[in-house]
Amino acid sequence: MNAPVPGTPEHFIANAKDRVFFAFDRSDLDESAVKTLMGQTAWLKTYPNTKVTVEGHADERGTREYNLALGERRANAVKQFLKAQGIADARVKVISYGKERPAVIGSNEYAWAQNRRAVTVVAK
Amino acid sequence: MIKVLSRAWGRLGAALFAVALGVAGFSGAARAELRIDITRGNVDPIPIAIPAFGGGDEQSSRVGADLAGVLQADLERSGLFRGIDPRAFIQSFASMQVQPRFPDWQAINAQGLVQGRAEVQADGRLRVEFRLWDVFSTQQLKAQAYVTEPGNWRRIAHIIADAVYERLTGESGYFDTRIVYIAENGPATKRIKRLAIMDQDGANHRFLTDGADLVLTPRFSPSLQEITYMSYYNGVPRVYLYNIDSGKRERLGDFPGMTFAPRFSPDGNRVIMSMARGGSSDIYTMDLRTLERRRLTNTPAIDTSPSYSPDSQRIAFNSDRGGNQQLYVMNADGSGVRRISHGAGLYATPVWSPRGDYIAFTKIAQGRFFIGVMKPDGTGERLLSDGYLVEGPTWAPNGRVLMYFRQTPSDSRGRGGDSYLYSIDLTGYNERRVVTPVQASDPAWSPLIP
Repeated sequence: MNAPVPGTPEHFIANAKDRVFFAFDRSDLDESAVKTLMGQTAWLKTYPNTKVTVEGHADERGTREYNLALGERRANAVKQFLKAQGIADARVKVISYGKERPAVIGSNEYAWAQNRRAVTVVAK
Repeated sequence: MIKVLSRAWGRLGAALFAVALGVAGFSGAARAELRIDITRGNVDPIPIAIPAFGGGDEQSSRVGADLAGVLQADLERSGLFRGIDPRAFIQSFASMQVQPRFPDWQAINAQGLVQGRAEVQADGRLRVEFRLWDVFSTQQLKAQAYVTEPGNWRRIAHIIADAVYERLTGESGYFDTRIVYIAENGPATKRIKRLAIMDQDGANHRFLTDGADLVLTPRFSPSLQEITYMSYYNGVPRVYLYNIDSGKRERLGDFPGMTFAPRFSPDGNRVIMSMARGGSSDIYTMDLRTLERRRLTNTPAIDTSPSYSPDSQRIAFNSDRGGNQQLYVMNADGSGVRRISHGAGLYATPVWSPRGDYIAFTKIAQGRFFIGVMKPDGTGERLLSDGYLVEGPTWAPNGRVLMYFRQTPSDSRGRGGDSYLYSIDLTGYNERRVVTPVQASDPAWSPLIP
């Protein structure tokens, strides 16, 4: 197995946690999210030529349009955190998928918690 | 007197002519006229007899039988009528000149009788005529004739259904309408969604997009020529316009953030929608003629799902500005914001009835979703339907029937999670599945076809 090439999307996944999770209808970052984002910040500072898109998501327990807004708010919370850590605005795009792209299938607390997320994706 | 009922519309391009026939009374019966009160809910369906609309030749007879079938199915789906089995019929009509033998229809307890005839004329056009009879008072309640291209026969059936419904309920009908919605298939993690359109009864179904891009929340313009919806085309989520006749798609405006939750103004000249940027969503309008953009809300909150009142004077929307999702009403210029929902739970997707008397909404409470209505001042809340997930009500043009979608829960292996369209009367009765060829969500009911 080859180790991922440094600075690539695969390398980011292998060396930083790519996602943070949120409580129901919330977009604030808890302690664990902050730790994850500090790890992302370190990676982004090591590879300053990379760009990312933060994808904001919601669980299925909300209405479609509100969840689009909520996903954007979550993605933006991550963007603002990265910005505060010194990552340039222009390197971080946001997109919301609302409840349209769950990571985990299932109508249960575990699936909902996994789906209330913001995922940082390094551009290829 | 002949009047043109319809102008070119989609693929049913042919002009349609209607002729009002003389309405004749045949007795001085003292009996009360047949009338259905649809405000009561759970009424016993009225038994109605709809013999095949006979014609002089084989083609005419076939059209006439199909037409009567579509008409009967429309009326039965309203929950207000029960079609009588044709095998019970005693009298058959050789022509429109033959009067009903009322005792024959009274004997099988038909209260209404639709006598009709379909004829493909020498010039190739289809002539359809009907008379609606009140069997017990022996009165003719309505009579009309139509001349059109034979391909329009389904529309004629819907137009007659609307005429019968209107004559007997006093409310305008909703059968000559279409539904635009999102057709869905595939697993939840990679769901494929396509814009689709169909007649209100599921006929003439057509996919408008190919599923390459995620599309959401289509809504009709009042002219019915255009749909506004949201698309992730090129990975950039924005509001689009889709022209039904030409199939042309156009991004609406050049907004710096995600635009979503679009809806036309009642005159069709504006689209109202949300734009999300910097963690906040606000409501904007865009004038489709001048492309002028106007911002109506300006808060750090999520303001979305805007819907105009039918007189365009007010806008209902949902916002979490008070801490969680509730319904608000403001003036069309953004002034005078007032919260109208006060019950326990979250409220979303307010949609103003075309009659102006109610606002339909989605409610989330105690882990369940509800479809409900309240008056525009927030009083008189009534919940009509509930489930694991019911969402996104849309009104029939008469403001007396709603459609929405219902999604079932799924297990960790991906079983369940099915989504289908349902309709329900404003009374909370007559909930029924709307048949679609694949799974479905985000329905939008068209106005009556002009």
